[in-house]
Amino acid sequence: MELRDLAIILGTTLMYCTPLIYGALAGVFSENSGVVNIGIEGMMTIGAFAGTASGFLLQEAFGNVWWVPLLGFIIAGIAGGLFGLLHAVASVTFKADQVISGIAINFLGGGVGIFLARRIFASTTTPALPLESKISRPLHGLLKDSPILASVFDQFSTVYFAFFLVALSWYVLYRTKLGLRIRAVGEHPKAADTLGINVYKIRYFSVILSGILAGFGGASLSMAIVANFRPTLISGQGFIALAAMIFGKWKPQGALVACLLFGATTAIQIYLGGTEAGAGISTHLLSMIPYVVTIFVLIGFGGKTSAPAASGAAYEKDER
Amino acid sequence: MKNKEKKFLSAVKSDTFMYTMLAILMGLLVGAVIITISGYNPVEAYSTMLKGIFSKPKYMARTIIRSTPLILTGLSVAFAFRTGLFNIGVEGQFIIGALVASLLGYFLDLPAIIHIPIVFLGATIAAALWGAIAGYLKARFGVHEVIATIMLNWIALYTSNYIITMEGVKKPGTESTYDILESARITITGFRHVVGPARIHWGTLIAIIIAIIVSYILFKTTIGYELRAVGYNKDAAKYGGINVNKNMILAMAIAGALGGAAGALNIMGEGYHVSVLAATEGYGFNGIAVALIGNNSPLGVVLSAFLFGGITFGGMRMQQLGIPTEVINIVIGSIVFFIATYRIFEYTKKYFKKKKLQKEVK
Repeated sequence: MELRDLAIILGTTLMYCTPLIYGALAGVFSENSGVVNIGIEGMMTIGAFAGTASGFLLQEAFGNVWWVPLLGFIIAGIAGGLFGLLHAVASVTFKADQVISGIAINFLGGGVGIFLARRIFASTTTPALPLESKISRPLHGLLKDSPILASVFDQFSTVYFAFFLVALSWYVLYRTKLGLRIRAVGEHPKAADTLGINVYKIRYFSVILSGILAGFGGASLSMAIVANFRPTLISGQGFIALAAMIFGKWKPQGALVACLLFGATTAIQIYLGGTEAGAGISTHLLSMIPYVVTIFVLIGFGGKTSAPAASGAAYEKDER
Repeated sequence: MKNKEKKFLSAVKSDTFMYTMLAILMGLLVGAVIITISGYNPVEAYSTMLKGIFSKPKYMARTIIRSTPLILTGLSVAFAFRTGLFNIGVEGQFIIGALVASLLGYFLDLPAIIHIPIVFLGATIAAALWGAIAGYLKARFGVHEVIATIMLNWIALYTSNYIITMEGVKKPGTESTYDILESARITITGFRHVVGPARIHWGTLIAIIIAIIVSYILFKTTIGYELRAVGYNKDAAKYGGINVNKNMILAMAIAGALGGAAGALNIMGEGYHVSVLAATEGYGFNGIAVALIGNNSPLGVVLSAFLFGGITFGGMRMQQLGIPTEVINIVIGSIVFFIATYRIFEYTKKYFKKKKLQKEVK
């Protein structure tokens, strides 16, 4: 394998791990505040739809303006956030079983996304975004002279934003008062309440933030890697993100490592599928690699889980 | 007899049952609102749906066919839930069951009376082992069953695709296996004049019998008691001398067997072959919804499977009116959402009671 091949694998890794990073961070915030979020898949789906649909419609209305993809991306976040709000209403205010509520979000996210696609575009897929309305590649053109650097770093801005968000999430969770509160509410809501922290408010904040991040994750796929929304676009990404979050022991940095691992195995699989090294091996077997590797890594690195203590439990103020 | 009647009445009057009914009603209401906002007539939409289920024997047959795998996938999820495990892996277990059934159904050449049970048992055992992997990983290495089953779903999908495309297995010119032999089929052919080409099959009856067996195991046997004890409180069960790890593996194996049975019956009764799939088909996720609507009880799951099968199959007719059929997913999502937030009804009930009391005082 030459340096060039390695660069291609690295580049593909970055591309494929990005939606997972957003999804995993979504899980990190929600679960650290004590709310299990099985609904990331549905939130990513609605984000993927809202991003491309608004990107397309805005482009039709305003033409190729720089802020069109940006606004589309933000709208994707808002759409995800609304479903986060729904999850928060159920699991915080009405003390619903969070798993059940999350399952409902998955049905609703997919249902609403495809329903709207059919109503607006008369098809289950949205029309393709023109190149100008896709998420930009900030370093495109700058790396012309070095094809190797270009293969690695000529990425969509959503890729860089995802890595920035991991750092920011780490900082917020472990170095700020807000983060301390989120974790306190997730570990021991009663104690947090006694100290005057508004458990409900913190959980609402975290779950809505979770929805926004998941919405970004969907859009990072539909507005960058591909250029449209289709029903099968988010097929399991949300759940893999959830797995990455658990794998990363509910921490942003851990989730990042897990997403990178998954992205890398996917990239290796794609690389092998496209070269002589992998010729003769069935593509179906190659496709299995990321999932098999994940299981073996979990076995090897001790899968013993360490969820926030109160994760999954509704908080009742007057309970003793 | 009297006693049974009483038991039935109290079950109907129970809060859980009432809340489930209310949730279904609210879900349909949300659907009606969305249909109205989109500029269609909700009464017309729902009557089209009902007609799509009941107006012709062949529609009813199709609804039943559609509901059959849901009974078993729902049971699989419900069974795992009862034992404290979240089985997202029904999808994979279904795929393994279907794959093994189609292989045994084509490659073995036996008289029907032996062939049918061998195909069914072979597929079910294979899926039970597949499910047990997740249980073993959790018991032995502490791997979260949610991650393990998600990964196993994809591994099952690609394993199935790989085997289907092997030489001798794949029917030339297609992306599928050969059809299983006549001797492995459980289709009921006697009602063709009533139900048309719809393939009704013995699987429906088998699924209902399995539901009864599962109910018996869960609530009337020591194994069932131990499994539920682990689900209710793992630490207390351990203290009480129950082998938690063994039960975890057993629970996932049984859940896997149920998921696999769904896949097997689908092939033996209706599909006859398996095809290469690009993505999972959603049997697992539908199973989760069915289990939740059925309140994780075997009888509830059977009823909820028919409800789910009915509104998804009947709902497809709405397309004739121009209504996107995805409204059905919104209805199902809303039902599940209202089941989760059943306290909404509790609060409303309390609110009205208070009002009534206030009125009486005045």
